[in-house]
Amino acid sequence: MLGLDADRLRADLNRLLAFLFHQGILDEQYLQLQQLQDESSPNFVSEVVNIYFHESEKLLRNLRSLLMDREFSDYDKMGIHLNQFIGSSSSIGAKRVRNVCVAFRAASDQNNRAGCLRALELLEHEYCILKNKLHELFQIEQQRLLAAGVRYPMLN
Amino acid sequence: MRVERVIRDENDSFPVGMRVLAVDDDPTCLLLLETLLTKCKYNVTTTSQAITALKMLRENKNKFDLVISDVHMPDMDGFKLLELVGLEMDLPVIMLSANGDTKLVMKGITHGACDYLLKPVRIEELQNIWQHVIRRKKFDRKDRNGSGSQDKPYIDSSEAAGFGNVDQNGKFNKKRKDQNEDEDEERDENGHDNEDLSTQKKPRVVWSVELHRKFVAAVNQLGIEKAVPKKILELMNVENLTRENVASHLQALFLNLTDLVTKFRLYLKRISCVANQQANMVAALGSVDSSHLRMGTMNGLGNFHTLAGPDQIHNAAFTSFQHGGVLRRLNTPAGVGISGLPSSGLVQLSPVQNLGNTSTNQSKLQSFVIPGNHNANILQGMPMSLEFDQLQNNRAASHVGQFPSVDNTTVLPVSSISGSLIDAGCSNSPLLGVTSNSLLLEGSSQLPTLHASNLRDSVSGFPNRSTLSDFTSIAPASNELHGSKADIQNQASPISCNAGKIISSAPQDWNAPKKDAPYQSNVPSCSINSLRAVNGDMAQLGQCLNQNNPIFNRNVGFDFVDPLSIKCSEGENLAMEPSVIEKEGYLMVQPSRQGSYIPDNEGENFAMEPSVIEKEGYLIVQPRRQGSYIPGNLGSLEGLASAMAKPCYSPVFLAQTSSNFCSKGLSDVVQ
Repeated sequence: MLGLDADRLRADLNRLLAFLFHQGILDEQYLQLQQLQDESSPNFVSEVVNIYFHESEKLLRNLRSLLMDREFSDYDKMGIHLNQFIGSSSSIGAKRVRNVCVAFRAASDQNNRAGCLRALELLEHEYCILKNKLHELFQIEQQRLLAAGVRYPMLN
Repeated sequence: MRVERVIRDENDSFPVGMRVLAVDDDPTCLLLLETLLTKCKYNVTTTSQAITALKMLRENKNKFDLVISDVHMPDMDGFKLLELVGLEMDLPVIMLSANGDTKLVMKGITHGACDYLLKPVRIEELQNIWQHVIRRKKFDRKDRNGSGSQDKPYIDSSEAAGFGNVDQNGKFNKKRKDQNEDEDEERDENGHDNEDLSTQKKPRVVWSVELHRKFVAAVNQLGIEKAVPKKILELMNVENLTRENVASHLQALFLNLTDLVTKFRLYLKRISCVANQQANMVAALGSVDSSHLRMGTMNGLGNFHTLAGPDQIHNAAFTSFQHGGVLRRLNTPAGVGISGLPSSGLVQLSPVQNLGNTSTNQSKLQSFVIPGNHNANILQGMPMSLEFDQLQNNRAASHVGQFPSVDNTTVLPVSSISGSLIDAGCSNSPLLGVTSNSLLLEGSSQLPTLHASNLRDSVSGFPNRSTLSDFTSIAPASNELHGSKADIQNQASPISCNAGKIISSAPQDWNAPKKDAPYQSNVPSCSINSLRAVNGDMAQLGQCLNQNNPIFNRNVGFDFVDPLSIKCSEGENLAMEPSVIEKEGYLMVQPSRQGSYIPDNEGENFAMEPSVIEKEGYLIVQPRRQGSYIPGNLGSLEGLASAMAKPCYSPVFLAQTSSNFCSKGLSDVVQ
């Protein structure tokens, strides 16, 4: 029965992934990441994703503080942050987050503060969703590995 | 000495094991890139800082085969890194960015990137990047063989310097500029291959003076906008020259220009404040003392780090000179243009009055004698220095054409300019486009404004911001300048990039062209890089120049492209009166038109007549006339440059560019 867990978990995993793809939260770039994970780099995906989270939160904080500043006018700086965010999100496969960033950047290019604020809200929201889902994904993956690792002694 | 690229054992298994350096400030992407590259079986080194990357590359030029770099990085602009790598190490560079804007991509390509990838990077794309390495090698090889090239198809030769074979034909591998001791001036038409370069020699096209001249003529004929490599090639009608050769030559020019422009801009910023007080500088010129000539600072100049010591200085000087194309105000009525000096052409050399004297002391800037005729392009002489540098593989060989003959009238009062300006060292124009006959300091061996060494120095040194700072202090009083720059003296002290300063100072003078030494003082101090303060040793200069002649000629070509123009997008019309226009940090010294118009070059050749406006003692070299290609090859280049940049012309940049190009050469030559 335990073995079934592994299968069940794998099924859950796949279902979740399918859902995420369908929703546009992730795209095939994520699959590329998964393919890069192998024996030589067994934790590659979670490593990269964790770095991504770390950096993104920094970026979001920066963006937020920039926009909160009343006298904010340095759209170039914001553009730089956004560029990085776009780059990393697309490298991860975080499609929706990336799209919001692109819209954000467009607003920033036009020096549209209100538009930027709205985009920031949306970005934070999307980022939260992504983060939650990816955590879920990792959890299932971990459980699956555990379950798959269980070996039952051969029954005589 | 031959520096050869180590033939790696993976020769056979190439591209497996290809050594890639990946640079990206975003850790997510960097890790991903590293993993992807490892998956492709390359040998990957990563860093998140461009500065570290440069350091690594500089430590050992043969350590990497390819560089992949992000465009937006906090410590250094990706394009800048791209340029530097291309210039110094001649490695293929691939740009990476999340932003696929066409303009950016274009920028990347024009700066020399072999490819521009968009994030997210896919493994399929990375699996093919090794082609760039091969292509470059082959290309170089083909390039080198002007005639009868036999490609030695070996993979690692690429930048490897088959330098050892550089020989009298003056082939140089730009990477091996340092080794190119014998860089010889014989510039043959096609830079044919040197037969002796048998082993490991990388065929490269040697852009001889003739070749470059043809190139420039072709470009001129086509017009900047239409000057595409293919057409240029057709017009040039040279055997064994490929479109790629032409394209890379073109590219090299631009690279230099942009680099120069950057430097110049920096310089301008520094001196902008000083500029206003120039009025007295000129006057002070008389009292120039060697100290003013401080060319040495150039060392830091950019890419020419390879130049050591005096050479560097030279380069620096040159560079500064270049930048200052504007700076030089040649006193001669002729448009002594540093060939290359872009439209601004005004090179203000300190008042000529004491040309004779300069030799006496402190390396006053022997203002390069600007040929009397307007069309003389001082720059022409300049290229020579550039040539030496060979910064970029021969690309730099901007053959600066002959300097328009400078009559004595145009002699620049170099002396007053604390020699900084034109410490071309070699009076013979070759250096800074100073044709052998041109740039004659009154009677003395002409002070090639751009001393080859200067050029070299300037070139190399130019980017050295610090040097600029030296100049920033150029006080209006020329005297002060001179004093401050004291270092200039000795011939070897190229005017450090004071070009910036000079330029700034120049403006002042421009307005009061006359006799005001003030300007000059600025200028001189600014050490137009190439200008090596001729320590009154004109003769020496002459010699130097002579040697460098061939080289210079080679390079000068495009040195005088106006880097400013390239950068200046706003290109306002420089035709304003001799004012220093500061554009985007560039100081464009526009010579007042004393009849010479420095037009806004949008794509046209610098229509300025390369006249040398004679202002009391200043020799203002103005960019050559429209359509008239600066004798030598600068003309078109200038036009090119100007076209590129929009009408900002900065002779300085050209100089620098050329210096960049020939910085290597210069050092060698000057040595």
